[in-house]
Amino acid sequence: MATDVMTAQAPAAGLHGVATDLAADKQAFPVPWGKLMMWIFLLSDTFIFSCFLTGYMNVRISTTAKWANPSAVFSLAIGQTEVPLLLIAIMTMVLITSSGTMAMAVNFGYRRNRSVTTALMLVTAGLGACFVGMQAFEWSKLILIEGVRPWGSALGPPQFGAVFFMVTGFHGLHVSAGVVYLCVVAMRVWNGFYDRKGTYETVEVVGLYWHFVDLVWVFIFALFYLW
Amino acid sequence: MDHTADKPHAEGVQHPVAIYLWIWLLLFVVSSFSYMVDYFHLHGALRWTLILIFMIVKAGFIVMIFMHMAWERLALKLAILVPPLALLVLIALMAIEGDYTFLTRLASFVR
Repeated sequence: MATDVMTAQAPAAGLHGVATDLAADKQAFPVPWGKLMMWIFLLSDTFIFSCFLTGYMNVRISTTAKWANPSAVFSLAIGQTEVPLLLIAIMTMVLITSSGTMAMAVNFGYRRNRSVTTALMLVTAGLGACFVGMQAFEWSKLILIEGVRPWGSALGPPQFGAVFFMVTGFHGLHVSAGVVYLCVVAMRVWNGFYDRKGTYETVEVVGLYWHFVDLVWVFIFALFYLW
Repeated sequence: MDHTADKPHAEGVQHPVAIYLWIWLLLFVVSSFSYMVDYFHLHGALRWTLILIFMIVKAGFIVMIFMHMAWERLALKLAILVPPLALLVLIALMAIEGDYTFLTRLASFVR
């Protein structure tokens, strides 16, 4: 609270605040550096995934063959009925739930509740691992049973396989990395590393990464699976 | 005076857990809406509009509430949220390019 005493009034709001933040002789963004760097990393990652999705749009527009119907390709049979896109719907729900538990982990981190934060982060990591597992199931089904390859498939034009493996593969890699990242930070929360450090902001940083993974899935779900 | 709106999202600024549970629920609901779009086989412009609306609503919830962007200072918001707008140019260019490739393929390679 020392900073509050030194700056007589609250920082300016609105565009005037932007001007003073960027032009004044002080640190431009008053957030922990780890958080700022994570935001900038996520911004660059946004461009990577956007390039993938824009490339997907381009090949889907330009192909003369009929695009595969994701609704049928990713259906699951329950008993005798084929439910369209069921696996993807479940994966979406799992990832949203993991985002919810992560948001709560950040909240409990700032309350310095060590055990609940650790538990919520491990639940998040578990749901993430569950997501990757379902993705592995989806991939093996497509590769082994449907015969989809990155260079061609019976279900649609060769571009379908290329885009599918590229986009979901890159996203799955992000989820897997996130699970490892979550486990490492959860371990440090548990053994009191952040209590000794005096701040739980790292939990928020890993939270930003995890929500971003969920955010990317929102776009993949809408543009690849539903379109 | 209300400090919390202006202050960076520092330690000590705590939101009730209820807000996360609400957003979580809303994300579930909106996700089921987008799933319904597919389930009921909506087609054409209606399908695409609904998909995009639900997508943007979900993205907004995640970025603003879960990632706490709503509570950051405007300078940080602008630094992170404005650059991706450049992608709209890329998307427009690639859509035009894709159309051109499609027409060329039709004219030259499809019997």
